[in-house]
Amino acid sequence: MAKWKSLKDMSILSTAYPRLDGMDKVTGRAQYTSDVRPAGMLYGRLLTSPYPAAKVVDIDVSRAAKLAGVHVILTNLLEGKAVRYAGQPVAAVAADTPEIAADAVDLIRVKYEKLPFAADLDSAMQEGAPRVFSDRENIVAARRPTQKGDVDAGFAAADVVVDATFRTQVQTHSCLETHGSMVEWKGEDLYVYDSTQGVHSVREGLAKNLGISPAQVHVICEHMGGGFGSKLQPGFYTAHAARLAKKAGRPVQLMLTRKQDFLSAGNRPDSLQKLKLGAKKDGSLVAFSGTTWGTAGIGRGARVRQPFIYEIPNVYAEHHDVYTNAGAARAFRAPGCPQASFAMEQLLDEVAEKLNMDPLDLRLKNETNATRRKEWKIGAEKIGWQRRRKTPGSDSGPVKRGLGLGASIWWPGGRGTRATMTVFPDGKVEVRCGTQDIGTGTRTIVAAIAAEELGIGLEMIRPLIGQSDFPYSGGSGGSTTAPSVAPAIKNTSEKAKAKLAEIASGFFGASPEDIIFENGRVYMDKSRKKSMSWQEICQLLETQPITVHGEWVEGLSSAGVAGCQFAEVAVDTETGAIRVEKVVAVADCGLVLDRLTTESQVNGAVIQGVSYALYENRLMDPITGTMINADFENYKIAGALEVPEIEVVLFDEPERGVIGIGEPPTIPTSAAIANAVYNAIGVRLRSLPMTPDRVLDALYAQPVTRKED
Amino acid sequence: MENFEYFAPDSLDALPGLLSRKRERTMVLAGGTDLLDMLKERIVKPEKVINLKGIAGLKGIQHGEGVRIGALTTIAEIAADAGLKREYTVLAQAARSIATPQLRNMGTLGGNLCQRPRCWYFRGREYVCLKKGGSKCFAPEGLNKYNAIIGGGPSFIVHPSDSAPALQALQATVHTFGPQGEDSIPMDEFFELPIDNLRAENVLEPNEIITAVSIPKPAPGTRSAYIKFREKQSLDFAISSVAAVLEMEGSRVRDLRIVLGGVAPIPWRSQVAEDELRGKKLSDETIRRAAEAAVSEAQPLSQNRYKITLTRNLVARTLHQLAAQG
Ligand SMILES: Cc1cc2nc3c(=O)[nH]c(=O)nc-3n(C[C@H](O)[C@H](O)[C@H](O)COP(=O)(O)OP(=O)(O)OC[C@H]3O[C@@H](n4cnc5c(N)ncnc54)[C@H](O)[C@@H]3O)c2cc1C
Ligand code: SF4
Repeated sequence: MAKWKSLKDMSILSTAYPRLDGMDKVTGRAQYTSDVRPAGMLYGRLLTSPYPAAKVVDIDVSRAAKLAGVHVILTNLLEGKAVRYAGQPVAAVAADTPEIAADAVDLIRVKYEKLPFAADLDSAMQEGAPRVFSDRENIVAARRPTQKGDVDAGFAAADVVVDATFRTQVQTHSCLETHGSMVEWKGEDLYVYDSTQGVHSVREGLAKNLGISPAQVHVICEHMGGGFGSKLQPGFYTAHAARLAKKAGRPVQLMLTRKQDFLSAGNRPDSLQKLKLGAKKDGSLVAFSGTTWGTAGIGRGARVRQPFIYEIPNVYAEHHDVYTNAGAARAFRAPGCPQASFAMEQLLDEVAEKLNMDPLDLRLKNETNATRRKEWKIGAEKIGWQRRRKTPGSDSGPVKRGLGLGASIWWPGGRGTRATMTVFPDGKVEVRCGTQDIGTGTRTIVAAIAAEELGIGLEMIRPLIGQSDFPYSGGSGGSTTAPSVAPAIKNTSEKAKAKLAEIASGFFGASPEDIIFENGRVYMDKSRKKSMSWQEICQLLETQPITVHGEWVEGLSSAGVAGCQFAEVAVDTETGAIRVEKVVAVADCGLVLDRLTTESQVNGAVIQGVSYALYENRLMDPITGTMINADFENYKIAGALEVPEIEVVLFDEPERGVIGIGEPPTIPTSAAIANAVYNAIGVRLRSLPMTPDRVLDALYAQPVTRKED
Repeated sequence: MENFEYFAPDSLDALPGLLSRKRERTMVLAGGTDLLDMLKERIVKPEKVINLKGIAGLKGIQHGEGVRIGALTTIAEIAADAGLKREYTVLAQAARSIATPQLRNMGTLGGNLCQRPRCWYFRGREYVCLKKGGSKCFAPEGLNKYNAIIGGGPSFIVHPSDSAPALQALQATVHTFGPQGEDSIPMDEFFELPIDNLRAENVLEPNEIITAVSIPKPAPGTRSAYIKFREKQSLDFAISSVAAVLEMEGSRVRDLRIVLGGVAPIPWRSQVAEDELRGKKLSDETIRRAAEAAVSEAQPLSQNRYKITLTRNLVARTLHQLAAQG
């Protein structure tokens, strides 16, 4: 089985080095989708329904069509004329400028027959609620319930039982770069510049949608401004852009507006969770039962992964997806997990309190993962867990502090990536791989692995990624990219090395297996008596670069991630403001490829977790059934001043090879904060986000300081 | 945005000829941080937009017997002015709390006073509410956690300006220019409740502009502060704010003004709270009573009861902070 070098032999990998395209990004040189503007390009724009449920009766484009600069108008975007959420595309235009396109959209007259709607979870679950799909109930069981052991017996045997209801909100991905594409037909071939997490999935999906061969579709994504799961699938906007472009005979750019992005480009489903947990006196968890609901809008996939990380002998968990008249959910950084963590970790803390047990001890008592067992202890030490208030809410003064914790988990590994490598006679090395860099630093690790293997500098490598014409790699989702890509690049590099070793062995009169590539030189053997520079060996290629193909191989990466976080908060009991002062994030990361980009992933995940815990919330207006806060003023996201001190502990176990790091560190943040808030004020907040109004309502319904018992 | 005619006059004299008496036909542009949003969202569709930035004499901070601040002075300049920080602390603090550095660099004082409401129904073009000529206010039955708890009805907006409560607490005067020439309006009379004026938030005629704001010199012994509460620190409007100016005589409050922001359709001068303290010493008890009084007029909507608790606590916090300065 393939193996990575040992850490002490690595000169690039496992160290900290900046991402290769950082400079291009901060100086504006990096080309994003909307920066690609070939001559003659038109601007596309969608007309979307203002109503959450309606039938389109008539579309009159006569005035829009007369507007100078309008080239194409499409009115057949809706299948079956049924509108099922506000923000659903109805028509599309392509015009000379974005302004004309916007004016044209405004001039299209759509006659709607408005229908009753249910735009949020509660209204859709009510008796007699309007149906989102006429042929289906709103509430649908997701799959068979999870059952294990005997739940009734488990609860009967428990010494303490707690039950509670929790709620989490709908969170939108809010990518800085909205979803969109620029498409250009060249003869029969379609070139697609797309802000996407999966150049190959877009190629496949788009070809199918347009009824053409994937061979004709070329998808390109050099740089992108965030995806978080919402850009894994082929976009409806890409297909609309392709049709507009075909009809216009010109390239078309179609970027969603910020508002359209909020309404139609995905979200994390909300949840309503009724949970019950039983434990023995010694803290061992013996029974769990839970019923959860969640809405993925007109889509599916709102499952809450209960009972989260905990191995409990007796379990009953059932989940129901609830259809609502709202945009469909999409995968969002660790789907189903932050919801589960927020509720379950609080429930555990409630058990701990009833047992008069330290919440950390309760976790250790029930921990089944050897890695996390070590991580709990590291995190506890870093945050100073012994400072945790023994009596919640016992600080004097209006601002009260507390500590809390939460666990994280992740499953998938990654496989399947292929790559090619070409070594040129001047010593430059080109790597082609059909993965994409969604901001995580994939381009950088592709170059770094090749450089490490060939024993040359990073500057010698040209990592070419982000094109569906390159060898296959999967979508950047599920934290699979690094575990899937890294082994393939190493394998490809080894093959290139083998070819070069043959040449070198002929030159030195040595055996190819003995050749060593190191420090920009090629050595005859371990004795290092004879050598030549990398450039010299490449010159021997004369006019014929060598090209090799490689692929993912077993042994260099693995699946399964464990982690934990600790948070310290300060709650202002007069204003209800929660300030997260510090988060210690212990992240399980196998072999760290680049310490800088790895830490950056953990930082980003914690920030997104803080934002989920305290600020973000899609609000549906009950009167109109539309998202009222589809803008960055009222859809509140943590800004620079909301970011806590984040101490990232990279818990590396290089022997496990590469594992994914992008998703797991966002899972425990809201739970750790919620538990810390309870520790600070002695009142539990069971709904996300924990906004000041909720804190005040909770505090002033009860005395601020708990009675000491 | 819709097309409009654009003018950039270089003197005030040109304005009467350009500005219409009909509301929303013509609009003046200062920093544009609010107007441009409104134009892009097509919430306003003026025929003419008149840029004030080329008009001489509307910019700058002049200290003398009191202070005079030109309408085109940026919020950043106000926040940074040493004289204001020293003697008109409440205003400098309020300015510093506004939006973001970029917006403070662009936004002007005149624009800040005349900015339109942030009520999300008002800002969303699909909601034709009362304020936009529709037949009902959406707030009471809809989502109202940020709406007014005092002085609301028939519209429940809150006034979004941070500079306004501070200026009112400092007893400032707004100087205007219109077809009839110059005029002055005390801040206490500048803003209007929806019950008196549904389509606009202040008494300016559509063809008048603000040229400057002047503030009298504070009496000796004056202390002032602005405390603003927002859901997040990076870029947020006030959920509730308190501008307090106390004129102290020894340990007694000779006179004072308490003006609340973010809770009413206008900056809300709380005379009842002031009455609790006027002539009295600042003590835990008098402060508590003033804070209670400040919210005694509140009538919350379905989702904003918390603003009562919050505002009461903020008033108390502001007064305690000023008491500690003695
Ligand atoms: C994201 C965001 C956050 C913000 N946060 C805050 C905040 O926390 N606190 C706060 O107080 N404000 C906040 N604001 C509002 C901001 O401060 C105002 O937009 C700004 O002060 C307006 O100044 P301006 O010069 O850009 O006005 P413009 O946009 O040019 O004009 C605004 C309005 O005032 C009118 N107007 C402008 N000047 C005059 C004048 N001299 N006479 C008569 N009418 C005039 C215009 O016709 C227009 O209707 C925020 C704005 C944004 C966009
Ligand atoms: S509060 Fe005013 S602006 Fe808001 S919906 Fe009601 S009328 Fe419209």
